[in-house]
Amino acid sequence: MSAGATIRREAVPIVFGVACLLALVALIEVLIRMGWINPFIVPKPTDIVMSFERIIMEENILPRFFLTCGEALMASLMLSVAGISIGVLLHRSRIVRLATETWVAAVASAPLVLMYPLFLVIFGRSAWTIIMIAFVSALPPVILKTLEGLSGTRPVLINVGRSFKLTPSQLYWKILFPSALPTIFVGVRLGMIFALINIVGVEFLINFGGLGQLVNELAERYDLPGTYAAICFVILVSVLFFIGTERIERWLRPGT
Amino acid sequence: MAQTGHLTRTSMAAGEPWLSPVTRLRIIILGAVIGTWELVAASGLLLRDVVPSTLTIGRALVELLGHPDLKVTLAGYVLWIPAFYWHLYVTVSEVAIGLVIGGTMGLAVGLLLGANPFLAKAFERFLYYLGPTPKIVFFPVMIMWFGVGPESKIAMGTLSCFFPIVLSAAAGMRQIESVLIRVGRSFRLNTWQMVTKIYLPAMREPIVNGVRLGMGVAMIGTLLAETKLSNKGVGFMIIDAYNTFDMPRMYAVLLTLFVIAIGANTLVGRASRG
Repeated sequence: MSAGATIRREAVPIVFGVACLLALVALIEVLIRMGWINPFIVPKPTDIVMSFERIIMEENILPRFFLTCGEALMASLMLSVAGISIGVLLHRSRIVRLATETWVAAVASAPLVLMYPLFLVIFGRSAWTIIMIAFVSALPPVILKTLEGLSGTRPVLINVGRSFKLTPSQLYWKILFPSALPTIFVGVRLGMIFALINIVGVEFLINFGGLGQLVNELAERYDLPGTYAAICFVILVSVLFFIGTERIERWLRPGT
Repeated sequence: MAQTGHLTRTSMAAGEPWLSPVTRLRIIILGAVIGTWELVAASGLLLRDVVPSTLTIGRALVELLGHPDLKVTLAGYVLWIPAFYWHLYVTVSEVAIGLVIGGTMGLAVGLLLGANPFLAKAFERFLYYLGPTPKIVFFPVMIMWFGVGPESKIAMGTLSCFFPIVLSAAAGMRQIESVLIRVGRSFRLNTWQMVTKIYLPAMREPIVNGVRLGMGVAMIGTLLAETKLSNKGVGFMIIDAYNTFDMPRMYAVLLTLFVIAIGANTLVGRASRG
């Protein structure tokens, strides 16, 4: 089969999927125009598209976007540094790892984001509340994946390092850490995704900050097309963030 | 048997410590955490009352779980129960209904996508990319569609748990050994029999994992929705404690909630392995 035919065969389902999505949007538009769907509950898709320009120009979406990105970046930096450091420390001390690894795993399954009112009391209604709740909620996967990566280093690599009489520090930086890096990045990526979810969520809940606040404000003003457009923008940002980090992960783990 | 008894007596005689080193370290860590907490509480380093003493939190916990402050009528009998259990009942009901609706839909769509490569290529990428978006931003839409009552919280739970379950089911379906499917076809099983006799039993682990993930996110989605707009449920209790600055009560509710969430997660995790 030629390359062109293969590409065409691969493209057909993708085109079909996009066409179905567009057909669904068109159907909603028709049903609203026919009065079958209440326009005061679901705005017309055309109105949503039209309101994009308005929310970009009037609602300062770009500064809000950069604010959310800044919070996500800060939380990601903090959780990378703290998560990887704690993971390395737990890996170095077997007994501490045995004593605390199950605790970290248990904390990972707890709905930590529910602590946001507590953080509101401690940090006030500020960006730090948002950053800290994202940091705390996203920390466990980074620790667990760092541990997994370091523990999964092939013994032959460690033996090679020892045969070269590497110091413990050299063994870490030349063998263990590079070998564990792809798995560590999986944890950092998971952490970054959790952080972004929690940042937008807490912005929405406490009505402060960037994109999450925009959705809340527009909903409180009962600006339906604007609310839907802002939600679409949040989805777009999340998807782009997800694809971007996925690309980096594939680059680090070419075999996957 | 005699050999075993001998070994046991020898190890006891050797004076092995009663607690293993790991247990001792755990006790030390817990002691250090509680000690630090008490020091911070006593020093007033943070705002007054933000970090209450563990004793105060303990008292709030006992009051939360043991003080009967809500009158309920059950089968004609008037009972007084702690209000927490009623709020917990509301939240658990919302999460459970959301999980049943979202899980059933997720399972059905996942089976369809797993069984049909064309549909999977057409639609799975949308679900894959929509999965990690913050679902709480859909809450205003859910309020408009379903109102401010429990229905909008159930909808949040449904929406949250749909994505992990559909993706797990689709992936699990693709991992079924083809020999099992051929065996089913050779017995001329119909679609329903294929689903119940072949697909679902062979996909137990990915499905239970998906349900475990789904349950976690459904719980978060429902509770966050309750903190935003509700007058009942555990999420409401947390935000109510914040609004009245009743910090010991907030800690007590959070601690109880975390224990319940971790316990539920562990139980479902054991179900996938067992």
